[in-house]
Amino acid sequence: MANNRVLVVGGGLAGLSATMKLAELGVAVDLLSLTPVKRSHSVCAQGGINSVNDQTRQQGDTEWNHFDDTIYGGDFLQNQPPVKEMAYWAPKVIDLMDRLGVTFNRTPEGYIDRRRFGGTLYKRTAFAGATTGQQLLYALDEQVRRWEVEGLVKKYEFWDFLGPILDDNGRCVGAVAQDMVSMEIRSFAADAVVVATGGCGLVYGRSTMSVFCTGSAASRCFQAGAKYGNGEFIQVHPTAIPGADKLRLMSESARGEGGRVWVPRKPNDTRAPKQIPASERYFFLEERFPKYGNLVPRDIATREIFNICVNEGLSVDPTRMCVYLDLTHIPRHELDRKLGGILEIYEKFQGVDPREEPMKIFPAVHYSMGGLWVDYEANGEGGLLPGSPRNQSTNVPGLYAIGECDYQYHGANRLGANSLLSCIFSGLFVGPGIVNWMKSNKAAADLPKSIFERAVGEHTARHKKLLSNASGAGENPYLLHQELGDIMTRTATVVRYNNQLTEAYEKVSAMVERSQRCSLADTGNWTNQNVIFTKSLQDMIPIAQCILKGALMRDESRGAHFKPDFCMPSLQATDPTERRLEAEKWCDAFEENTNKFLKSSVCSWKGQEPDLVFEDIDTRLMKPRPRLYGLVGGEVIEEVWKQRSRTKEESAPSKPAAAKQLAGSV
Amino acid sequence: MIAPGPELSPARRPSKINVRVLRQDGPGTPPYWERHQVDYEPDMNVISVLQKIAAQATTFDGKKVSPVAWDCGCLEEVCGSCTMVINGRVRQSCSALVDRLLEDNPEEIQLQPMTKFPVVRDLMIDRSRLFHSLKRVQAWVPVDSYFDMGAGPRIPREDQEQNYPLSQCMSCGCCLEACPQFNKVEVIRHAGETDEAFDARKKQAYDAEFIGPHAISQAMLFNSHPVGKNLQKERLETLTGTGGIQACGNAQNCVAVCPKEIPLTTSIARAGRAATLHSIKKLFDR
Repeated sequence: MANNRVLVVGGGLAGLSATMKLAELGVAVDLLSLTPVKRSHSVCAQGGINSVNDQTRQQGDTEWNHFDDTIYGGDFLQNQPPVKEMAYWAPKVIDLMDRLGVTFNRTPEGYIDRRRFGGTLYKRTAFAGATTGQQLLYALDEQVRRWEVEGLVKKYEFWDFLGPILDDNGRCVGAVAQDMVSMEIRSFAADAVVVATGGCGLVYGRSTMSVFCTGSAASRCFQAGAKYGNGEFIQVHPTAIPGADKLRLMSESARGEGGRVWVPRKPNDTRAPKQIPASERYFFLEERFPKYGNLVPRDIATREIFNICVNEGLSVDPTRMCVYLDLTHIPRHELDRKLGGILEIYEKFQGVDPREEPMKIFPAVHYSMGGLWVDYEANGEGGLLPGSPRNQSTNVPGLYAIGECDYQYHGANRLGANSLLSCIFSGLFVGPGIVNWMKSNKAAADLPKSIFERAVGEHTARHKKLLSNASGAGENPYLLHQELGDIMTRTATVVRYNNQLTEAYEKVSAMVERSQRCSLADTGNWTNQNVIFTKSLQDMIPIAQCILKGALMRDESRGAHFKPDFCMPSLQATDPTERRLEAEKWCDAFEENTNKFLKSSVCSWKGQEPDLVFEDIDTRLMKPRPRLYGLVGGEVIEEVWKQRSRTKEESAPSKPAAAKQLAGSV
Repeated sequence: MIAPGPELSPARRPSKINVRVLRQDGPGTPPYWERHQVDYEPDMNVISVLQKIAAQATTFDGKKVSPVAWDCGCLEEVCGSCTMVINGRVRQSCSALVDRLLEDNPEEIQLQPMTKFPVVRDLMIDRSRLFHSLKRVQAWVPVDSYFDMGAGPRIPREDQEQNYPLSQCMSCGCCLEACPQFNKVEVIRHAGETDEAFDARKKQAYDAEFIGPHAISQAMLFNSHPVGKNLQKERLETLTGTGGIQACGNAQNCVAVCPKEIPLTTSIARAGRAATLHSIKKLFDR
């Protein structure tokens, strides 16, 4: 592989694990990032990383259960083979990170400690204090630095990825990028380009994401022909600290370690939280979801908190909406050992010690389940075929996507502590497939120079055109960004209505043209952050359009996507026979909805707006079933559903049984 | 632990905030002060002040200027990007809350780039030397491969509790800014110099200078890992060489400014003892 080079774009968990794995396989890697890779957004992940482990195994847990929880938590919107493979790799991923020196919390005996996270009943989550993402990222950063010294990795930090380069056959043969210091625009020839550029929180203005998470890199691939899937599925995290510049995450681990969410039962109760006796506190998650309690999946916790403030008027603060997240019943030393990092964040930014006083939190945009559409090749067991060049490949040959910027692992809702897993897993898994892809293709470095020069020319022209908009009469890019964020936050977060989405889509679509008229305050050619930001703003708009269009066309409620006008109601009847009948009808409606909407929304770019089609989902391993966390009448529905499933199985003999019969007759 | 008090009382809230920024257009050009004024809002930090300055791009007396350049990332003090000198003190601008700053000095907020690193532009500085130091001490665990080899060695809780704080170092550079022994190294690119030649000159210049407390602490972190310590000798070789631990003047400024309260001076003391032992051993092994 002497002449092969791979370009990895993005140096978070996904990009770094892909880089180090490729280097180990002997492939030279150019690693391109907006920031020194050690500062990537993965540092913000707090709570932990999931896998079945020796302890949960003995309580009945298996890789299959982890797979099941992930699919059920994601409301069946994932193609199942990649998710299965990830769940089965999870223990190996944690073992590897352990070997790389990650300072996971330990039990007194020296084993990796675990805590419970949302959407599961097992303690699967390994953690390093409350800065697990940071610790995992550093371990990978260290390994990549090692390869840098070895000469197999070359880093390009403070470089902005401007777009992939495609040859005349539509194969990706490199990328154009810009040095954010000198503003030089140049091409990188590459036999494969791996995009690992994270989520798109900045489309919403303020979110829990870092300033780099604009989604513009994914958008640039999208505009170059890559498909974008399930854009409408944006996770709104239930617990964040509101701020003027950012909504800071308060990890789910706070609840995993016993944190309780509550509000006073009496509206506008002016007493200090500690003065309110237990009987007058409304632990609404625990009361409504006795099985999972405070650890229901995120989409549900978010809607409940939103609802309690907006519709039930029980916000704990008269000036803004928030509820209490209470840790004060847990001993201080235990909090410091397990949650120190996040409690310090709260203390530093709010000026209140959360060990003494309940925190005030509210939901915030947090994660993009959707992203670049990627392919996979299944093996005989319904997992992935290792080494297949199709795994993690976008529809543009040679262009790969991994980590948060792909759409593949989390369906309609991501479970806590599964993101770090999907990032590292997809990064490690993509390497061997890329090696095989390169074997069958002519090296990009040997292609005619004209392909690369043409691409550089196009991006240089775009850059110069923007710099020439200096009149001062055009749009202010920062204010336009605020406007975009306000529209998106108002219409495409927790609760969605078609009339609002239609209006938002029109307004955002008008921004395609408006953003071309941005005038810059800086027209220089040295560290011009103004022009870099404006370009990323322009490219946020197609992603915003995908989100809105997907939300508009999906007339159902699923995971993070919730439309009150299209949701499955609770059962009303109290009489057992009527309740049973109602449950039958509920199941009919569920089946009908599954047939219609258990599909990925897949967008392609058409110059001014996306074109959306619905694509079938691979449910080969597990048939969809109703997601019933806390639904009134859920137990009756479950009973009816199970009976129906049994009847279906009996009436249709399974394939292996049929095959056996056939073999017997020969 | 920094435990700021409550918000400024409404009576003391100004309507405008004065901000003075030390700007510089590029490497080798003279720095100059520029005054800006932004509207006050509750819950602001220095990042939101800089965001407003970028959107206005106008000085306090109405002159159109280019937006001030600065570096930031996570905005919650875990990425280390946004370090600068604020009212004379090195710190992250995300956790520098405006209400607190105004309590200390209601007249204005003063922003300067770090002084120990070359300025790229305005508040942006080039900290590549800081990362280079991590290469000098081989701050990694030299595992055989990334194949599945089962779990790592068992680690006593005590060791984890000692190492976790060291592992929280976010390479922000505060300790280097405060260290009297860490001096600025600025290598200016010659006209027509290739990337490789320029990188080689930078490496040479950095290798001749003090490695810094952050890297010493990382060396101790990896020397106390069961597999990491396979490179113990090499790390101590660096620490006993040019720009190593003997350059430390024990001013203890590093530990005082570290936003993560990493026990840097404890690491330095451990490194000192290990380096002495290493030197004695080398003497006898000759």
